Amino acid sequence: MTLSFFDQFMSPTLLGIPLIALALTLPWVLFPKPSSRWLNNRVLTLQSWFINGFAQQIFQPINQEGHKWAALLTSLMIFLITLNMLGLLPYTFTPTTQLSMNMAFAVPLWLATVIIGMRNQPTHALAHLLPEGTPTPLIPILIMIETISLFIRPLALGVRLTANLTAGHLLIQLIATAALVLLPLMPTVAILTGALLLMLTLLEVAVAMIQAYVFVLLLSLYLQENV
Amino acid sequence: MADRPVPIAEKRLMDVKLGELGTWLGGRDFTPNGLISAIRKGHDRYYNKYINVKKGGIGGIAMLLVGYVAISYIWEYDHISKKCIFSYNFP
Repeated sequence: MTLSFFDQFMSPTLLGIPLIALALTLPWVLFPKPSSRWLNNRVLTLQSWFINGFAQQIFQPINQEGHKWAALLTSLMIFLITLNMLGLLPYTFTPTTQLSMNMAFAVPLWLATVIIGMRNQPTHALAHLLPEGTPTPLIPILIMIETISLFIRPLALGVRLTANLTAGHLLIQLIATAALVLLPLMPTVAILTGALLLMLTLLEVAVAMIQAYVFVLLLSLYLQENV
Repeated sequence: MADRPVPIAEKRLMDVKLGELGTWLGGRDFTPNGLISAIRKGHDRYYNKYINVKKGGIGGIAMLLVGYVAISYIWEYDHISKKCIFSYNFP
């Protein structure tokens, strides 16, 4: 019985094309290009406001060299937040529930920050492995621990996003099933479950936005350390 | 006032009558360039009609999202229709 709850995470195919292909191309359609007009339409104005505000917020603590990453991290944020929010619509497929995709985002970007740090300022980058003020006997152990934590970062980034979204979708499905099954038996309990479902959906909307933000924020922090 | 006669294959989709649909589809350009330009023209027409307006509301994007939900349902229909609502294995 538990196996059928995971059916929602397999993208079904129509004429040989999996639904994930449609889900991945939709964000491109939803965001219009900036035009050369002085005063744009409302959608474009809101979008520009959001993008500029976000880029300013994220790149404030990073030095000038790191600002080259602005386009990449901002577009990543927009993509992730759109994918997460679109996944909350009925019958849609959320590509970010697939661990393969999140690791494909996390590993190259993390590796890029590490390589940039090692190449441009190797001493400074290696110095991050030892926090200031550690007692001398603890140094070897701490360096090993910090190295392990460095290598676990991409794994944590990918798994965090996957696990949060998958758990959210599963919870929604479980509670919705419970409400549906209880409706003919105990209507009051079913209504309470329905209220719980409503609050859970609001939580899921928040989680969708927060998880995308956390992903990009952590990447910007790793960049700040290394650039 | 009568419209000027236009060849069927060159009419816009909304102007094609239902009976002429087969002829219209047969005369379209199905090369990759043709497909991409058709998608781009369709997108531009939709954008300029519903989103790129002075006081556009939520309707422009809402129609897109409802269309997306409908297409997702059609995509999944095969998979969902095989489930029995009255069994414990429904989800």
